[in-house]
Order: sequence, then C-alpha cells, then structure tokens
Amino acid sequence: MNPNPQGPQLEENKVTTPKISLRNVTKTYSGVDQPAVKDLDLDIASGEILVLVGPSGCGKSTTLRLINRMIEPSSGEIIFDGENVTNSDPNELRRRMGYVIQQVGLFPHRTIAENIAVVPKSLKWPKDRIRARVDELLELTGMDPNVYRDRYPKELSGGQAQRVGVARALGAEPDVLLMDEPFGAIDPITRFNLQNEFLRLQSELKKTIVFVTHDIDEAVKMGDRIAILRDQSEIAQLDTPEAILTNPADAFVVDFLGSGAVLKTLTLRRLRDIQLVHPPEITEQTGRADAAAQLRQSDFPYAVLLDDTRRPIAWVDQKNLDSSDSLDSNSRRIPVKLQPEDTLQEALSVMLQTSAGMSAVVDGSGQYLGTCTIQSLAELLTDQPVDGASL
Amino acid sequence: MDGIRSWFDYLSSRTDLVVETLLQTLAYVVTVTVAASIVSITVGVLTRHNALAKELSLSIASVFLTIPSLALFTIFIPIVGLGFAPSFIAMFLYALLPIMRNTVAGLDSVDSSVIESAKGMGLTPNQVLFKVQLPLAWPVILAGIRVSALLTVGISAIATLVAGGGLGDFIKSGLARLPLPNSLEAIWTGVILSLVLALAIDVVLRTVGRFSNPSGVRS
Ligand SMILES: Nc1ncnc2c1ncn2[C@@H]1O[C@H](COP(=O)(O)OP(=O)(O)O)[C@@H](O)[C@H]1O
Ligand SMILES: [Mg+2]
Repeated sequence: MNPNPQGPQLEENKVTTPKISLRNVTKTYSGVDQPAVKDLDLDIASGEILVLVGPSGCGKSTTLRLINRMIEPSSGEIIFDGENVTNSDPNELRRRMGYVIQQVGLFPHRTIAENIAVVPKSLKWPKDRIRARVDELLELTGMDPNVYRDRYPKELSGGQAQRVGVARALGAEPDVLLMDEPFGAIDPITRFNLQNEFLRLQSELKKTIVFVTHDIDEAVKMGDRIAILRDQSEIAQLDTPEAILTNPADAFVVDFLGSGAVLKTLTLRRLRDIQLVHPPEITEQTGRADAAAQLRQSDFPYAVLLDDTRRPIAWVDQKNLDSSDSLDSNSRRIPVKLQPEDTLQEALSVMLQTSAGMSAVVDGSGQYLGTCTIQSLAELLTDQPVDGASL
Repeated sequence: MDGIRSWFDYLSSRTDLVVETLLQTLAYVVTVTVAASIVSITVGVLTRHNALAKELSLSIASVFLTIPSLALFTIFIPIVGLGFAPSFIAMFLYALLPIMRNTVAGLDSVDSSVIESAKGMGLTPNQVLFKVQLPLAWPVILAGIRVSALLTVGISAIATLVAGGGLGDFIKSGLARLPLPNSLEAIWTGVILSLVLALAIDVVLRTVGRFSNPSGVRS
C-alpha cells in the first residue's frame, strides 16, 4: 500500500478513508485549449451515492470516466482503496468497477446471461459460479431468470435493458459502480420505478456509487451527497441534498436548483421529523353536544373520528355533528393513512386529495398518532431561508 | 431442342476437359476470395481508428476497379509471366474493394455505446475487436466477400487471354471458330457453367451466413 498522502490521521480512522479520491486532477482533451476538468479534488466515501450534477458540458462524464481511466488524466492522481491507480493496468481496474451508461450498450449478439457473465468470465470464474451469479443478479434486478436468461437484448424494453445493464455492472461483485445518466433515456414512470428499486437495492448492497445526472430532482432523490458542478468540473457545492436545498452556496447553485427547491425539501423530510398536532378525538360513542363543544374550543375545523381500536375513520366538522345522520356515513373519510416514515411531500398530496387540509398519521398497527396539517407544512417551508430559490 | 441435345453431346464427349476447366475457375475463385478477404479485413481492422488511413485504403482499392480488366490482366505479364499468376493478381486486386468497403462499413456500424461498455468492463482492445466488433460486423463483411466471389467468377473468363485457363477457354475457342460446328456449344459451355458456378457459390456463402451470423442480430 502506498503511504497515505493525508497523513496518519486517516490511517487511524479507517471509516473516513475515502474509497476513491481524485487529487488535483486535470484533463485537457487533445486539440482543445480549455481543460474539460480542472484541478479537481474529490473524495468519495465508501458506501455512499455521490451524485455529480451540473449543466450539460460541465465535465460530469469526463470526471466519471477519469475514475475508471476510460480517460487518462493530463495531470493529478486517482486513488482507489488507498492505492494510487493512476498508472496501473486500466483493464484490471475497470473489472473492479461496474460501469453503467445511458445507452446501456448491451452486446446485441450475446444473450442476457452471456452479457451479465462478461466480467466474471474474463476473471475466469468457474462455470457453475457464473451461472448462479447470473440468476442471482437477474432476480436482484427484478427480471425472472427463467424468462430472460436466454433472450437477446433486442427483445427487451428500455427499462428492462437498463436493469440488465445494472446487473451486468454488478457481475463480478465490484465495490464501486460508476453510472452516467443511467435512467436518462427512460420514460418518466419507468424511471421513477427504477430509481426506487435501485435505492432499495443499494440499501442492501452498500456499494460506493458515483452517479452522474443533469437532473437536480434525480440528484436530490438518489444522492447521499451531491456535488453541483459548474464549467470544467469545478465544484460549486458539495453536501447532502438537505444542506444544499436549504442553504445553497451561491447564486449559481440557487439558479441550478430552480424554482422547485422549496417543494423539493418536502421530499427529504419525513413525518417523524415534524411535530404532529392533535385536533379533538371523538368516537361514535361520544355525545354530539360534547363533541361539538370540543370542536368549538379547539382551533381546528375538524375533529378526528376514531373507531374502537383507535384507527382514524373520518374528519368530522360542525355540520356533520349538527345533522342527524351517523357520523361514519356523512363525514370526510380518511382513505389514506400516513406513517411516520412517509415524506412530507406524500403528506401534502394526501391533504390535497381529501380536501380536508389534514392528514392522519398512524403507527405500524394502524393506530392514530396525530395529524399533519397544511399549516404545519407552510410554517416549515417559510421557516427555511431558501431566498431566491423560491421565485 | 436440337441445340440443347447437341450441347449435351458436346459436354458428354469431353467431361474430363469440362471438369478440369471448371476446377480451374473454382480454384481462382477460392484463392482470390480467400487472399482478398485476408488482406481487406486486415486493412479494415488496422485502419479502424484512423479516418485518413481508412479513406486512403478505400481509394486505392477503388482505383483497381476503374482499370479496364484486360489491361489489369496484362500489365503484370512482364513481371510474372503468363498463366495463373497474372490472372490471380488481377482478380485479387479487383476483389479487394467490396470486402474492404464492407469491413469498414461493418466496423463503423457497431454501436459506439456497445464498444464503450465493452471497454468499461475491462475488455482489452483485442477482446473488444474479436468478441464484439468483428462478430457484429461479420454479416456485412460476409456480404462483401460474396460480392467479391461472384465478381471473380465473372472476370475469371478473361484469364484465358493470358493463358490462365478456366471456363473462359471454351468461350475463347468457340468465338475463334465461329461459325464452325461445335463453336456455339463451346461458348454456351463457358457461359452456362460460369452461371451455375456463380449460383452455387452464392448458395454456399448464404448458407455460411445463415450459420455464422450471430443470432441476436439476425433480423
Ligand atoms: N473526446 C473529447 N474530445 C474533445 N472534447 C471533449 C471530448 N469529450 C468531451 N469533450 C468536451 O469536454 C467538455 C465536458 O464534456 P463532458 O464531460 O461530456 O460533459 P457532461 O457529461 O457534463 O455533459 C465539453 O465541453 C465537451 O465538449
Ligand atoms: Mg455526459
């Protein structure tokens, strides 16, 4: 192992040793005056998804391809697992890093199984192990091995092809995945599903992932950390999605986040992170007059009707209480119950659907915990100094 | 009817000669096609990263096709003498272009994302060439080989003029003896057997294609 250039401090604390480091890396393409990547320093922690996001042509792909040395740096160093790999065998390096590109690039003359087996085969894995691995990866990426193993790439949809692309990149169990706009060419609904499945996969696999996108929403969704890049791969801000959204470093970042930045913070916060409120709780057994009094004394337009097991059933207002019908039948039903793990964005959409401006939060067994109101969301949003980004 | 009977009589009275001449033409087709394939595919492969070298090779190969065939058959006689050699060289030069052009086109047609992902998985340049580029370009290359083989059957008739033998012998002797008996039959022999040979070669190479073209890309 090479001496660690950052001194003994990192040696002691193995957890913070970056999986991959770019040190002062510059890439100037031949015949071009300006470097595409200039003096870049970047540490990628083990097990994180680091998203590189920025406008087209800012050098994201070049940066990614410098890591597996598809592109050779003009100067600077690439450190992988503490080892300087700037001058090592690039093919050997690439077999240790999965690589996924937007156009997938499956071999059209090979079956799905053969495609996934490319790297294990070049590493001379025994046949049995390869076969088992192929099936495992197909299962993992949501493709039935018995159906797809022997098919050819042209028989797959775009979304299926990229599933196989991911399976192939994971083929020889690399620690690292490099992904260049992997879901960029896929229709929005399929992309949404692939993103979610990929995040679920990652929560089990804990790979170190460098993920390139030009889409800030995708960056916020996928990234443990986001590097917002400007021209020549200069880092404008590198931080968690929350920190960037709530505290953008400069006007460029604000501009890049765009007008949806405030709403995006809703996708990052969960109901368990906020204080729930408690409108009056009533049951069918509560007397009408009693219930009406409770409601009048509270600040809420609705009381929540609970059943015997404390499951929320409906929002009940003064008019419901005044009428002689059963509360259960003429009030606003609560069809969707949220749980503390759900995001505030989901809470917002439930509120808008039920038009009560409130959403009930329940625990795992369905028992009522409290309520999230549209006011609490509004307060939360206006609390946050995202000035300029909210235009 | 009479014409056909007399042609069969002509053929059956000299089967040895017919077979020998047919085999001479076949030998030309096989040797020329194999040699031109080796050279053209190699040139196409070696120049694949260099647009200038690619254009230059294709231009040179096209020049040969513009030289009148009789001239091309005769210009090498001072160096290599009469017979098989000048004929082989002329046909070889003719056969280069179709195979070279299709090799270049076939390699160019391989999707760049496929090559990118192959490199990204750590395949060496040679592995990318032999496992990805050539297999995917093969159907196009084979189509070029077929064109060259058929072209060779056609122009091999000229070999007779430089004492190179082949089915052209029948046509030449028939033409020289017109309108004496058997002269027409001789001409027919040369023409019809050339056609039959061309058809047979076409069938063989199409069959080769059916079995050697990669399955995932067969449409
Ligand atoms: N092979 C190349 N030769 C010359 N210039 C290139 C090459 N590839 C990319 N560039 C240039 O380098 C810059 C960064 O490109 P790239 O890394 O592809 O950006 P991004 O992925 O962020 O869109 C762009 O200006 C692009 O035109
Ligand atoms: Mg790019």
